[in-house]
Amino acid sequence: MKDGILVFVEQNGGKLDRVAWEALAAGQKLAAELGCEVSCVVLGKSAAAAGQQLASARVAQVCVGEAEPLVSYTPDGYALALKEIIQTLEPAWVVFNHTYQVRDFAPKLAASLGGGLASDCVGYRVENQRVTLLRQAFQGKFACEVELTGPAPHFVSFQAGVFREDSVERQSESAPVRTFEISIAPGQVRTRPEEPFREAKQSVDLTQAEMIVAVGRGIKGPEGLETVGKLAEALGAEIAASRPVCDNGWLPMDRQVGSSGQTVAPKLYLALGISGAIQHQVGMKGSHTIVAVNKDAEAPIFEVATYGIVGDLFEVVGPLIEEIKKLKASG
Amino acid sequence: MKIAVALKQVPTRDALLRLSESKSWIEERDVSFEVNEPDAYALEEALQLKEKHGGEVVVCSLGPPRVQQAIKEALAKGADRAIHFEDTQFTQLDANGTATVLSKVLESERPDLVLTGLQSDDLGYAQTGVILAERLGYPHATIVMEIQIDGEKLRVKRELEAGWFQWVSMPLPALLTIQSGINKPRYASLRGIMQAKSKPISKVTAGELGLGSEDLSPKQNIVRLYVPERKSNTEFLQGSAQQMAAQLVDKLRNEARVL
Ligand SMILES: Cc1cc2nc3c(=O)[nH]c(=O)nc-3n(C[C@H](O)[C@H](O)[C@H](O)COP(=O)(O)OP(=O)(O)OC[C@H]3O[C@@H](n4cnc5c(N)ncnc54)[C@H](O)[C@@H]3O)c2cc1C
Ligand SMILES: Nc1ncnc2c1ncn2[C@@H]1O[C@H](COP(=O)(O)O)[C@@H](O)[C@H]1O
Repeated sequence: MKDGILVFVEQNGGKLDRVAWEALAAGQKLAAELGCEVSCVVLGKSAAAAGQQLASARVAQVCVGEAEPLVSYTPDGYALALKEIIQTLEPAWVVFNHTYQVRDFAPKLAASLGGGLASDCVGYRVENQRVTLLRQAFQGKFACEVELTGPAPHFVSFQAGVFREDSVERQSESAPVRTFEISIAPGQVRTRPEEPFREAKQSVDLTQAEMIVAVGRGIKGPEGLETVGKLAEALGAEIAASRPVCDNGWLPMDRQVGSSGQTVAPKLYLALGISGAIQHQVGMKGSHTIVAVNKDAEAPIFEVATYGIVGDLFEVVGPLIEEIKKLKASG
Repeated sequence: MKIAVALKQVPTRDALLRLSESKSWIEERDVSFEVNEPDAYALEEALQLKEKHGGEVVVCSLGPPRVQQAIKEALAKGADRAIHFEDTQFTQLDANGTATVLSKVLESERPDLVLTGLQSDDLGYAQTGVILAERLGYPHATIVMEIQIDGEKLRVKRELEAGWFQWVSMPLPALLTIQSGINKPRYASLRGIMQAKSKPISKVTAGELGLGSEDLSPKQNIVRLYVPERKSNTEFLQGSAQQMAAQLVDKLRNEARVL
């Protein structure tokens, strides 16, 4: 394993989500290009069950970290356990998917081992064994190439969707599973997590909507919502929003689409004044037809839009209502 | 209780950005800056905690002279004092470097609570707060949406993916990274702006912190920044607003067949 790649696989009650396989796919690809071995590690309650599933992938070994304090996720517990495993295996690279859990502990882990973490990467390049990582900067306005310097291990997390879960290579023989008994003293885990929950008052279910009119910060304030409401009414659409609109209280939180809101896939998603940050895109890019109205032709929303209008949303909404009414009237 | 808030200044959202000569940063001339969005929420949270529990709010910002504007705004809103980390050695630090610099002062300040934003809008490392917690030996929680303090005990609501949340408790001192939307940030009052003039801002340089270039050398180097090629299959509509609206409705009906 020394100088190989170690992939951290996130599991939830023994279940492996799409992101888990994506991380593995990332590690396998990077290992193939660097000509080294890839192993993976899984922690927590039901880690052994998850480990069994992972053993079908083409990996040198599956490491399972077990300890009483790992039953529920905590950043202290995970950072300590992975530190111990990394110090034993001495990988050159540790690969993650950039999930909320990874954001919570990976910088701590990397710092505790004196390594650098290139976070939320969208690609990479290998030239003469040198790895250059690709990230977004300035809210996607620029792409940014980074290199990790200093001694190994180096840490990298990839954005969801960069690698495909179905590209994971399998093997017929099961990979060996190695269990690490982690020694964590009770006082070393300082945070006490409670059970995850959803807010009870989720009153709208956007996932069932056939049409959605979504507004972003380009709407400027709650006043703008009136005409947009008329557009939604004409279309028979639900109103949704990007995060800042809800943060500002212009619309309630349960209208939010994106990584921390709802994931929707309507027939028509009309995005008005939404820049299309990755956290928004993950919640709506599965929509059948996407229309984006934005005054900035470079806005990332146009990476996923079917039809685009570059212009002021307030000038477009009025005529759009008229045209839709005309269409409906003509049957 | 003593609360430290880390404020970063970033280009305003609608700023037109150009790359600098070196291609590893932006041309800062003619760009206006503002407080990083989640940091503004972190400051508000600190001010509200102070109103409830007493104590002081110390603002920390690392950057060139322009960040004085962000600092003054924070003082006008009600922060008690500020520390401005200003040194040419501090330009273009990675998250590790920034956390190292901040930790040097906070180690001796020993605040009960350190608040940072969860992520910066420019480089977006989403790391500085968590590394800072590690350096200070503080427990931490990220993406925080609510804070409850009862004596020495802290209980916070963390945001998880897809609309899930989780309460986490921990002892003080601790570090939290704040998510946008946790509160409603205030505006500075006229009185606040007047009072801010007499509030102390201490300046700190690398030398004073005993930090040399090797302490601050990045673990993550920016090789280059560039304008990405957009992979877009978008069909852009042309003409007046009326014409585009008519075309769009026609296409939605006859091409996409969704109307
Ligand atoms: C952990 C985390 C979780 C997050 N979760 C979510 C989430 O679930 N959902 C979400 O949406 N975001 C989420 N975000 C925030 C996300 O990163 C972006 O900040 C956010 O999506 C931006 O919202 P916006 O597009 O409305 O605003 P901005 O990025 O400010 O964009 C406004 C857009 O409006 C355009 N515009 C302005 N005026 C007009 C006009 N008159 N006519 C037409 N166009 C105009 C501008 O050109 C710009 O493109 C999350 C962030 C983090 C870090
Ligand atoms: N130069 C800086 N000065 C003060 N605080 C900073 C600075 N850079 C980052 N931070 C803090 O760290 C948080 C996360 O930044 P980042 O790790 O760059 O995404 C920000 O929201 C700030 O609270």
